[in-house]
Amino acid sequence: MDDQKKMAIIATKGTLDWAYPPFILASTAAALGYETQIFFTFYGLQMLRKDLSGLKVSPLGNPGMPMKMPFGPKWFRGINWNMPNAIQSLVPGYEIVATALMKQTIKNNGVASIPELRELCQEAEVKFIACQMTVELFGFDHSEFIDGIEYGGAATFFEFAGETDICLYI
Amino acid sequence: MDFDKELDARGLNCPLPILRCKKALNDCTSGQVLKIVSTDPGSVKDFAAFAKQTGNELLASAEAGSEYTFFIKKK
Repeated sequence: MDDQKKMAIIATKGTLDWAYPPFILASTAAALGYETQIFFTFYGLQMLRKDLSGLKVSPLGNPGMPMKMPFGPKWFRGINWNMPNAIQSLVPGYEIVATALMKQTIKNNGVASIPELRELCQEAEVKFIACQMTVELFGFDHSEFIDGIEYGGAATFFEFAGETDICLYI
Repeated sequence: MDFDKELDARGLNCPLPILRCKKALNDCTSGQVLKIVSTDPGSVKDFAAFAKQTGNELLASAEAGSEYTFFIKKK
């Protein structure tokens, strides 16, 4: 066995906020010299789409998410606009607005965008594997996903994961 | 301190300063020194950890106001 460190991640979430941990950890691991692989399954497949504009955040049922404005004077930015779930669910476009505000906050803080992080992962030769079973289950087509990924199942994941130093489920 | 290349990572947040540094080091030859300027307070610990794990030597790190400067010598 070679002495290069290895990391495997299972990415299962399909929202803008949860797209960060797998891509941040994978790109950093690659920079540190780890051979890295991400297995995208269920909602995680959304992160492999050519068009990532469908990734959104939802404050609904998420009491941990601060709702703060990314513009205006400091006192205004400090206000937490969290609404009761019942109100959030009735307001059309609530998620769209929350996502737009989140993207602005991300930009203001010098945090990379998801397309940028994904590209950095690919440049660093992080291997992306899409769960073929989920592709079929959700009625997706390979043409909806970016090039340079592999399609496989659980056994494919274990082939690499069994050799890793770090293995994460996100 | 003398350096061969400089990386401006000001305004960038985790993990971008490290990723840009890794990229810049790829363009350096062994023994060359890369200077990095960052504004991310988390980068102080991160660059030390990066150097320790990759074998590139962190020659010095300094803090001035809200800016952090690092000198890394390529392995």
